[in-house]
Amino acid sequence: MPAKISVVENILSANDQIAQRNRAAFDRAGVFAVNIMASPGAGKTTFILKTLEVLQGRLRLGVIEGDVATSLDAEKVAAAGLPAVQINTGGDCHLDAVMLANALPALPLDQLDLVLIENVGNLICPASFALGVHLNVLIASIPEGDDKPYKYPGTYCGVQALIMSKIDLLPYVSFDVDYFRRGVEILNPGVVTFPVSAKTGEGMQAWADWLTQKVRRHAVPTKITADMTSTT
Amino acid sequence: MHELPVTQSVLEICLRHAERANARQITKINLVIGKLSSIVDDSVQFYWELIARGTIAEKAVLNFERVPVEMSCLDCGALFEPSDESFACPRCLSLRVKVTKGDEFRVSSIEIE
Repeated sequence: MPAKISVVENILSANDQIAQRNRAAFDRAGVFAVNIMASPGAGKTTFILKTLEVLQGRLRLGVIEGDVATSLDAEKVAAAGLPAVQINTGGDCHLDAVMLANALPALPLDQLDLVLIENVGNLICPASFALGVHLNVLIASIPEGDDKPYKYPGTYCGVQALIMSKIDLLPYVSFDVDYFRRGVEILNPGVVTFPVSAKTGEGMQAWADWLTQKVRRHAVPTKITADMTSTT
Repeated sequence: MHELPVTQSVLEICLRHAERANARQITKINLVIGKLSSIVDDSVQFYWELIARGTIAEKAVLNFERVPVEMSCLDCGALFEPSDESFACPRCLSLRVKVTKGDEFRVSSIEIE
């Protein structure tokens, strides 16, 4: 007998469930996880390396690098003496929750406060796949142009912090900051924005301070609970 | 593009629901995809033919219901479809708007025998 069955299930619900498990794993270890998205060439790795440099000594850091191929980025982080894991997506245009879940055992989560996850360079697909992080960040680099919020609304909508990077190039390229910010404001009203240059270091301190505060606020309740459990 | 994992997920959802209903065959799958979900129908169809082979969903027709983007104006309350160049409210020209439709991405129903 032919019949119609109502399903109403989100297509990526399996991914979302695994993302929740990732998040629980981070929470158990008292780790704050950040997903960093941007287009190819926006300077994600340089920005991450600079962030690590500013935060070193303040927080215990780890990095997960997502790329279609090669381990070049993870090697750069490892060269800075920090735990780094490379995920090669083998052609996929984004990280998903399963890839992250498979990479997590390679990091000593119990000994970390903050994990930065560099997503695959892409302004479209990563936005559709939840990873289970506490903070999604988008890096918009000045040379990409001021029209990107209008062209890639999905990614701009879904982040909780925006980095405007390579601001040292503002005098040399035509980038209308007001036009850019208007686009951002429509898609993501009030999103916290950090104009930075990883090259000159401008703005990096403000970003690092803000992030440190987020990490500390997240870690405190978890660690208190852990201490109470161990004393009882 | 990420159509392969998406298509696998669609198949998994459909088979699970069909099995629960003791279906012999899935004849049609209704998908609701907002325009902001960057999915290419043809690619999903292409992968579908490869991965559904040998399952009870092999002969299912994929029906894509595309949902246009709808925004609402936070100042005057107007609902409108934005143009490619501008998200401004066409009634009061406000730029304080938010996306209300167009990011759907789900299997709404399946038809079985």
